[in-house]
Amino acid sequence: MARIRPEYERSWWPRFKRWVLEGSGALDEHMREDVTADASAYAVPQAAGDRTEELREQALQNEQETYDHLRVWSATSGRKWLARLYRLLAIIICLGVIAVLLVTASYLPPYGSPDNPVHNEVSQRYIEQGMEETGAVNIVAGMILDYRAFDTLGESNVLFVAACSVLILMRITSERDEATAQLEMEAEDRGFEPKNDRILQAAASFLVPLILMFGAYVILNGHISPGGGFSGGAVMGAGLILYLNAFGFKKTERFFRFRTFQVVSLCALTFYAVSKTYSFFTGANHLASFITPGTPGRIFSAGLIPYLNIAVGLVVCCTMYAFYTLFRKGDM
Amino acid sequence: MQLALWQSIPFACILLPLGSAAMTSVLRGRAARYWTTLVLCAEVVLSAVFVGLMHRFGGSYTYMMGHYPAPWGNEIRAGLLEAVTALFFSLIMLLSLLGGLKKIDEHILKDKVSLYYVMLLLLSSALMAQVYTNDIFTAYVFLEIMTLSACSLIAARNRGRTLVAATRYMIMNLVGSGLFLLGIILLYDLTGHLLMSNIKEAVAQLHATGEYQMPLTVVVALISIGLSIKSALFPFHTWVPDAYGYTTPTSSAVLSSLVSKGYIFLLIKIMYRVIGLDVIASTRLPNVLFVFALLGMIMGSLSAIRQTDIRRMIAYSSVAQIGYVYMGIGLGTDAGMIAAVFHIFSHAMCKSMLFLAAGGLADASGNSKKFHDLWGSAYRSPIAGVAFTVGALSMIGFPFIGGFNSKLYFAMAAVQTGGTRMLLVLAALVISTWLNTLYFMKTVITIYRQPRPDVSYSVEKGQRGFCFNASLLCFTAANICLGLFAHVITDAITRGLAIFG
Repeated sequence: MARIRPEYERSWWPRFKRWVLEGSGALDEHMREDVTADASAYAVPQAAGDRTEELREQALQNEQETYDHLRVWSATSGRKWLARLYRLLAIIICLGVIAVLLVTASYLPPYGSPDNPVHNEVSQRYIEQGMEETGAVNIVAGMILDYRAFDTLGESNVLFVAACSVLILMRITSERDEATAQLEMEAEDRGFEPKNDRILQAAASFLVPLILMFGAYVILNGHISPGGGFSGGAVMGAGLILYLNAFGFKKTERFFRFRTFQVVSLCALTFYAVSKTYSFFTGANHLASFITPGTPGRIFSAGLIPYLNIAVGLVVCCTMYAFYTLFRKGDM
Repeated sequence: MQLALWQSIPFACILLPLGSAAMTSVLRGRAARYWTTLVLCAEVVLSAVFVGLMHRFGGSYTYMMGHYPAPWGNEIRAGLLEAVTALFFSLIMLLSLLGGLKKIDEHILKDKVSLYYVMLLLLSSALMAQVYTNDIFTAYVFLEIMTLSACSLIAARNRGRTLVAATRYMIMNLVGSGLFLLGIILLYDLTGHLLMSNIKEAVAQLHATGEYQMPLTVVVALISIGLSIKSALFPFHTWVPDAYGYTTPTSSAVLSSLVSKGYIFLLIKIMYRVIGLDVIASTRLPNVLFVFALLGMIMGSLSAIRQTDIRRMIAYSSVAQIGYVYMGIGLGTDAGMIAAVFHIFSHAMCKSMLFLAAGGLADASGNSKKFHDLWGSAYRSPIAGVAFTVGALSMIGFPFIGGFNSKLYFAMAAVQTGGTRMLLVLAALVISTWLNTLYFMKTVITIYRQPRPDVSYSVEKGQRGFCFNASLLCFTAANICLGLFAHVITDAITRGLAIFG
């Protein structure tokens, strides 16, 4: 049953029809209203101008209000809701990933079972023939520095990349005159020497030589006993940092400056790259190499491994120390 | 098997930049620049020779890295596809460096320029290793180098915005690396191998017996999600505009065209050589990639339209183009994969040129990258204008330029597949092309408008020196070559993919 709708004329379909048929839009409608409502306004063009101006201002004001409202909303409660939603989603996704990984772990081969896929000919040869083939008693050293030396070459370059990235980010450059540099240093307090702590100094003078010696031992015996370049280098770096904290920059700068870092890492990495290039090249082309495993257990044995350990150790030690000074002072 | 001397070229391509990187760090600015350029030139020449020789050689071969054969030692493997990819990557790296030389000196502090070159060298070495490696853990190690060096390429221009961008880039990329590493660990646990070909055998066996189906699916998901975060597939693309938009042009060019493509190349390699295409297809993962790729194609372009900054616009367009590549991968057919690899090349060539040219145009407009300042910049820097136009036409898919061929190959691959996928791909291609036209043509028109009468630019005619012009001309020629002689490249890709697995 059809109903008479008084507002029919103003609903969208008749307006659309009118728009299509007569080409009249909202503007015309306004004008018609104007004529009927206020004939006098139509009579004087000046007043009509005022009227449209007023309407325009009204519209602008409305728009501004809506905009302000939206902006305030998005800056306050909108942002709050978004942040809540974001946090909620983050938690849900994290929990989901954790759940999936836990379930996956329960499907994996049981830990320590002898017929796991990882117990295959690869590890068998490492364990059974590793000492004989590489000359290293510590088969881990034999694996990372001889069998899979290419990976370790990459890994030592990862360290080098990290050191260079920190240098790019943190190093305060000398592109200003001495006086402003001094002022800035004082303002930022990064140039301050560590406090003259007697207890720390006494302990350090006792400990640092031991730590450095232990680090050197771990590096040099890397192919005989557990340890190697990475761990020994970290120990030595820690020793240097302790020394720096106890005695200050002036003392360490006597033997360790930026140039030292550059030269040491250059020599170590170049030695590593060149010696391994030789070894890879001879290996791949089945050429005779003058590097031999030697007698396992001797200090000069295991071919290149002790030398590579020294190179890696130097890089690690310098990188650790460089990280510390760069974060502390912005320079070495 | 005795190897010929030329077969050591991949090895040299990896070790040469790696070895010279440490040396570059002690050189002073100018010497470091010459040395880096020299090394990259050598790499291009070696790769070009290698492509020729591999073309004649036909098959693929493995190269022992050390004295121990493969499952025990490391190994790299080279075939025609790897050779072609290496050539493209090294060529783009060299041209991007040359195109941005002046800007590098301008944007980066004098004491740190040599470190920037160190990063470039390590990045190119890592890319080469990524392309040639046959060991999944080596891939991870060099992926780390790529992530870190890419991050400091962004942060090298030491301004507030780039630091934030670099931080965000690093967080997203480390999440990606972490997922990838988890995937590798699980895969090792299931198969007991790190060598790609051995893993594939073991995975095929597992797939046949139906053992460990669930962890295998998780592995595939982790690896693909990790790599797609790193290469900025659609929902993970939010770091892109800042990372590419504010650094020095060389960094943007290298990051958008090489780093993300290196990750995609690694993903393709894992699909072919580690997991195997049929196992991947049985996990239905390509479908997921396909959906996100289509979304990315549209959403990336929509975001690009809204930009007022030319470099951010190009960056968003990269998101869309990465979507194209993943769409080819997601089709799951050989034709789709060929189209995806071709698009990797054509997009890399084009995007790096666009970033460099945009840098040149901005330079000629008082260092502003906003569209309203770029009016008439193509008259002030004509070569950059021409290069930008060619790049824009390539992005739109104008015939005789690289981008047209990749769209054509995608469409052909979709038609071969048939079904809903065909319709979806064709629809997405049409919409995306339309959107590309919208924003790239807008830019081209803007740069060829009459300059604003009220502004005068102090830069005299935007002369950016010989290197910049030469690099852009080389890029333009390369893009047109990709358009005219696409069949040569796709022929090589087809032959390379056939022996890739």
